[in-house]
Amino acid sequence: MKAWLDAPASDTQITHKQRLWLYLLAALVMLFLIAPTLIVIPMSFSGSRFLEFPPRTWSLTWYRHYFDSPEWMQATLVSLKAAFLTMLLATVTGGMAAYGLARSKVRMARWIYLMLISPMIIPVILLAVGAFYVYVKLRLLNTLAGLVLAHSVLAIPLVLIVVGAGLKSFDASQEMAARSLGATRLEAFLMVTLPQIRFSVLTAALLSFLASFDEVVMALFISGGDNATLTRNMFDALRDQIDPTIASISTIMICISSGLMALAQVLRKRRAD
Amino acid sequence: MPSAEPSTELNADRLRRAAFKERLALFGLCSPALMLVTVIVVVPAAWLFWLSFVGQAGVLSLENYQRMLDNSAYATIFWLTVKVAFLTTAVCVLAGYPLAYFLSQIPAKVANVCMIAVLVPFWTSLLVRTYAWLILLQRHGLVNDLGMGLGLWHEPLTLVNNLGGTLVGMSHIMLPFLVLPVYGAMKAIDRDYPRAAAGLGASPVDVFLKVFFPLSLPGLFAGMLIVFIMCLGFYVTPAILGGGKIILVSMGIATNIQLFVNWGAASALGVVLFGLTLLILFGASFVMRVDQMFDRGHAQ
Repeated sequence: MKAWLDAPASDTQITHKQRLWLYLLAALVMLFLIAPTLIVIPMSFSGSRFLEFPPRTWSLTWYRHYFDSPEWMQATLVSLKAAFLTMLLATVTGGMAAYGLARSKVRMARWIYLMLISPMIIPVILLAVGAFYVYVKLRLLNTLAGLVLAHSVLAIPLVLIVVGAGLKSFDASQEMAARSLGATRLEAFLMVTLPQIRFSVLTAALLSFLASFDEVVMALFISGGDNATLTRNMFDALRDQIDPTIASISTIMICISSGLMALAQVLRKRRAD
Repeated sequence: MPSAEPSTELNADRLRRAAFKERLALFGLCSPALMLVTVIVVVPAAWLFWLSFVGQAGVLSLENYQRMLDNSAYATIFWLTVKVAFLTTAVCVLAGYPLAYFLSQIPAKVANVCMIAVLVPFWTSLLVRTYAWLILLQRHGLVNDLGMGLGLWHEPLTLVNNLGGTLVGMSHIMLPFLVLPVYGAMKAIDRDYPRAAAGLGASPVDVFLKVFFPLSLPGLFAGMLIVFIMCLGFYVTPAILGGGKIILVSMGIATNIQLFVNWGAASALGVVLFGLTLLILFGASFVMRVDQMFDRGHAQ
C-alpha cells in the first residue's frame, strides 16, 4: 500500500499520495451521480406515507396503488404505445434519411442534416409550444397519433447520429460490388448493408423508444385526457404533493431504462467488434 | 471514327442523367423525415416568429418586444436564466472535469465499471431523478436527517423550492453531458506528448497544465456548450425543484400560453431565447465544429 502511495501515477505524474484528493473527489462525484437514483428503490417499498430512508416498515402498498389505479394503468399503456410507435416511425424515417444523406452527394446534404438535427438544438419548450399551436389547427391535440409524430421529430436526430456513425464505418464499395453482380439498390441494402449496420439500427431504435417513453415537456402540451402519458401524470402529481406511488413508478422506470442501457452496451460491444 | 464521338457523348450524357436520377432518388429517402420536421418544427416556428410581431390589437407592432424592455420582470427572468445556466455549467465543470480525468487515468476495466455511475443517470428519466432530489432535499428528507444526525445543523434547512435546490438538481441532470465529451477528449490524447514534455524537463504540474489540459480543451468546450445551451431552455427540473420561486424563461413561455393564452408574448420570449441559443452556437462555431458537438454524448 505504502509503495503504491509513494509511486508516481505514471512516469510523467505526481505520486498517488499527492493526488489522493483526486480519488476522493472522483468517488464523491460518482456517489452524487448514482446515489439519488438508487435511493428511490428502497423507499418505494416503504410501508409509510412519508418517504423515509431507511424505511421502518416494508410493504408493497405503493405498487398495489399503482397497479390498481385505472388512471395510472391507462397512462402507462399510452406511454408504451407511443414509445413503441415512435421507435418504428423514427427508426425507419431517420434511418432512410441517414442512408440518403450518406450516399447522395448533394451539396444540400449538410443543410438537410442541420435541419433534421435541429430539434436537438432548439429548446424543447419552444418545440412543444409550436407543436401545440399546429395541433390545435390540425385537431391532433390529445391524440396518440399527434404524440407519436411529435416524439418522432425528437427521436430522429438520435437515429441520424447513431445510424450515420454506423454507415460511416461501413465500406460502401461492398454495396457497389453487390449491385454490379446484379442486385438492385434495395436488395443490396437489405442483404449487404443492413446486416452489417444492424447493431447501430437496433441501438437507434432503443434510444428512440426511451426518448419517447421518458419525454415530459412535449407531453405536457400536446397530450391529455385519455391519451395523457405516464410522465405527464407524474409531473402533475409531483407539483401537488409528494405521492409515494411515484416512488414505485420511478423504480419501474429505472428498471426499464437500466435494462435498455445494458442492452445498448451489449450492442455497442458488438458494433465495435 | 467520326461517328464514335457523338455516341460517347450520348453515353456520358445518359450516365450523367442516370447518376442525377439516382441522387434524386436517394435524396427522396430524406423526404419523410424532412416532412415531419417541416410540419412540426419549421412551420410553427415561422408562424410563432410572425406572431411575436403582432400586438393585442391584431396589427403589426413591436409591443411584445417593447413590453420585455419596459417591464423589469422580464429582465429579471432573463438574468436569472443566464445566472442559473452559468452556475450549473460551473458546478458541472468543477465536479465533472476531475471525474473525467480520474476515469481517463485508471485501467480500462475499472473505468468501465465506474462509467456505470455516469451512464445510469444519463439513461434514467430526468423526471425520476428530479423526483429523487425532491424527496432527498425535503424538510424531513435524507439530507436534513443526515446533517442534523451528524450535528452539522440543528434545525431542518430549506433545501428545496429555492435556487440552491434547483442548482443541485440541474447539475445532477447535466453532469453526464459534460463528463462524456471530456472523457472522450482525454482518452484521445496521445500518451507520447506528456512523455515528451517530461523528457524535456517539465515537472508533473507543468506537464498537466501546459500539455494535457490544453489538449483536453476541445472536449471541455463541447461539454460546457451543451450544458449551457440545455440549461437555457430547461423546464422540468427548475419547475419542480424551484417550487414556483425560480421563474426561468421556459416557465415564462409556458405560463403565457397555459395561463394567459398570450401567444404574442410567449412567441417574443421564445424568439429571444432561440436567438440567444443561436448567438452562443455562432460564437462557438469559431472555435469548434458545432454540428459534431451533439454527436459526442450519444456515441457512448
